[in-house]
Amino acid sequence: MGVDSHQTHSRHAWLDTISRIWAWLFLLAMVIFFSLAGEGFFTAFNLQAILANMAILTIIAMGQTYVIISGGIDLSAGWVMGMAAVISATVMNRLPETTPMWMVVLSGLGVGLVAAWIAGLVNGILIARLNVPPFIATLGMFGIARGIGFLLSGGMPVPIYIKGLGFLGNGFLIYYHPSAGWSLLAPPAGLAQADLRNLTGYFPFVVIVMLALLLVAHLVLSRTKFGLHTYAIGGNKEAAMRAGIPVARRLVSIYMLSATFAAIAGLVYNVRFTNGAANAGEAMLLDTVAAVVIGGASLFGGAGTVIGTLIGALIISVLANGLVIMRVNPFWQFIAVGIVIIIAVLIDQARAQFAQE
Amino acid sequence: MSEQNATREPVLRATGLIKRFGGLTAVNDVSLDIYPGEVVALAGDNGAGKSTLIKMISGVYRPDGGHIYLEGREITMASPLEARGLGIETIYQDLALCENLDATVNIFLGREPTKRLLGIFKQVDRGHMLAESNKVLERLDIKIPNLRRPIRQMSGGQRQAVAIARAVYWNARLVIMDEPTAALGVPEQRKVHELVKTLKAQNVPVIIISHNMQDIFAVADRIIVMRRGQKVGDVRAAEVTDDDLVSMMVGAA
Repeated sequence: MGVDSHQTHSRHAWLDTISRIWAWLFLLAMVIFFSLAGEGFFTAFNLQAILANMAILTIIAMGQTYVIISGGIDLSAGWVMGMAAVISATVMNRLPETTPMWMVVLSGLGVGLVAAWIAGLVNGILIARLNVPPFIATLGMFGIARGIGFLLSGGMPVPIYIKGLGFLGNGFLIYYHPSAGWSLLAPPAGLAQADLRNLTGYFPFVVIVMLALLLVAHLVLSRTKFGLHTYAIGGNKEAAMRAGIPVARRLVSIYMLSATFAAIAGLVYNVRFTNGAANAGEAMLLDTVAAVVIGGASLFGGAGTVIGTLIGALIISVLANGLVIMRVNPFWQFIAVGIVIIIAVLIDQARAQFAQE
Repeated sequence: MSEQNATREPVLRATGLIKRFGGLTAVNDVSLDIYPGEVVALAGDNGAGKSTLIKMISGVYRPDGGHIYLEGREITMASPLEARGLGIETIYQDLALCENLDATVNIFLGREPTKRLLGIFKQVDRGHMLAESNKVLERLDIKIPNLRRPIRQMSGGQRQAVAIARAVYWNARLVIMDEPTAALGVPEQRKVHELVKTLKAQNVPVIIISHNMQDIFAVADRIIVMRRGQKVGDVRAAEVTDDDLVSMMVGAA
């Protein structure tokens, strides 16, 4: 028995290691491949574009990480994001023209958050108090948020007419121009239109926002009681309950947290594309779940990290970007992400199976 | 022992406990005393009422009749959590551990200590948890090589040890163990017996529910036998054989 259990343990440890590092290796291999094969892939401009383009996905995926670790799933996050984006856009448009920019952004975020929190609260209560399976509860909210978003916007994207808002979504912290030099927060003054071609920006605002949120999400998940309880609930809900963890309250908070990230992502969409569209997050469901699962989270609950989710989001975004640079038909992207998510789940299942033996 | 106990205060005293489920009386007028440092085995066939009796003492069920006293004070418990708060720790057969988390987290689950980072951010104090876990495991003479490994990767005996350490760390006044060796191999069973003896040596009384005669005779000072909801025997372990016990359990005596 001693030998047997030792073998199981070492095989298990081996699988654990594989499941932990394969995503990193896969990402590294992809970056190397595209750098060698795709012209213009490994440039500051393109790498920053990858990061900026993945901000919305990554922000939603952070909430999804908490939800999946707790043993649930939030199918509604993408449509809650769209609903929040429509509401934020509508409210920001109605503010007086003299409203300072920070106030515009805060108002947009505020109303988006309130709308999203209602959705998150309903999800949480259905799941934690009324024992509706997360898949069903959030599928219902998927439909409700979708309907509300389209009703409020009349089925069309809501354009935002606020000067300077687009800069927040597309601007950089630092600019460099070969003749005009460096400048902070805005391009060097007095550049002719023709000179703008040589202008390079560093540190896109949306990437800074994404990284700040990642840091907070990571610290809360890995260091606080709330984070620890999220793992405990996903690992063994019954044990968590018997240990005195307020499981129902924690679950409600987790779904509200997911809604919070969705509302923030909605605002990022607003400033990036200067509109609010109900279907802004339509493609997010597959991608967020893929990012979380590729990042090592278990769909059985109890495992996963924010850093892992970041790696998962990077894999998806690098794949999308690299395929475009290689001039591959972009529809291949869906197939590629689909295959990667299936591989990730297979690894997770193998690990769970060995753990049971 | 009874003369000796007469002068001592029981840690737990239950009198006339009754629990009914519809028309069925699962526990019928059972009284028992548990003294400091005593290991009491609760024996009985399936459906004899052992589990129901224990669940009343551990706060899962509210008795339909009778009283429970802890160290002389009458107590009522609305939940297992309240029972734990009073110092009655129950270790269930399934151990109630989070297999994805490590031993230290499991010992502190639901009661994690925190410290402040930079004065604002309240984070779980893992260093304190590790140090305290080491202390309690040392006190119980348990050796677990790497406390940071998830429980999933531990043996059955080690898991049982973590569950016991969790109970003891929170200053249990009474430990209840439900079939502690049911899923274990023989060497691991022995380890659990040793742990029970360690608890006893530290004056913590243990109630152990078991089907396993070896368990009972290896550790118990006293055996309470249940049949059809009633207490039919309360005997010193040294004074009976397993045949006697079986007769009492099935009512052939």
